[in-house]
Amino acid sequence: MFELVVYISLVCVSISMLGLIYRVIKGPSIPDRVVALDAIGINLVAIIALISIALKTNAFLEIILLIGILAFIGTVAFAKYLEKGVIIEHERDR
Amino acid sequence: MKTNDVILQTVTKITLFIIILFSIHLFFAGHYYPGGGFIGGLMTSGAIVLLLLAYDMKTVANILPIDYKYMIGVGLLFSVGTGAGALLFDAPFLTHAHSHVLLPLLGDTALHTAVLFDTGVYLVVIGVTMTIIQTIGEDE
Repeated sequence: MFELVVYISLVCVSISMLGLIYRVIKGPSIPDRVVALDAIGINLVAIIALISIALKTNAFLEIILLIGILAFIGTVAFAKYLEKGVIIEHERDR
Repeated sequence: MKTNDVILQTVTKITLFIIILFSIHLFFAGHYYPGGGFIGGLMTSGAIVLLLLAYDMKTVANILPIDYKYMIGVGLLFSVGTGAGALLFDAPFLTHAHSHVLLPLLGDTALHTAVLFDTGVYLVVIGVTMTIIQTIGEDE
């Protein structure tokens, strides 16, 4: 019964990921695609959590935090590139 | 246009310590749980990259005055030294030893020389990653 719930939620998260992949491909502007990629990363966290429940292991718990951090850094880098044109400045102009 | 990223800088100040603590946890958990020197070094350099994103190259060089090329050398020296240390005790190269030591504050602790080898891996990974990123970011 419990495993059935886990599998149903896996299917639901997969469907939402498919919707986000549609937005990545179709998205009219670049920021749309960046936001969709960030949300795909968060959905990946959900999928890994559900799979680690289904496999009855806690070996993947570090991966969850890791994907959260990497999605944050990647989104920040993309946002800075879109705003300023450079990712790492040599000297801040102020 | 003058941009103001106070939100990013404040979030970075808080998140940086969580990421570095997580990387240290990954490094020390490597013997018994998933983790180790490689992913720990990558997470630490990820924290430094976040600092580079929120600030600029000069500020980060002031905060962390480290030449990452020397870091690669020190890391390689750690690994070679761990391997060569076994030769002093008439054992083959890279023979590791471990024992339980009663430390004053930590109690019964299992110490293993593989940690020193892993420290070398950790330093080399940080050095290589940061050298690559800084060299790419520096060209004008």
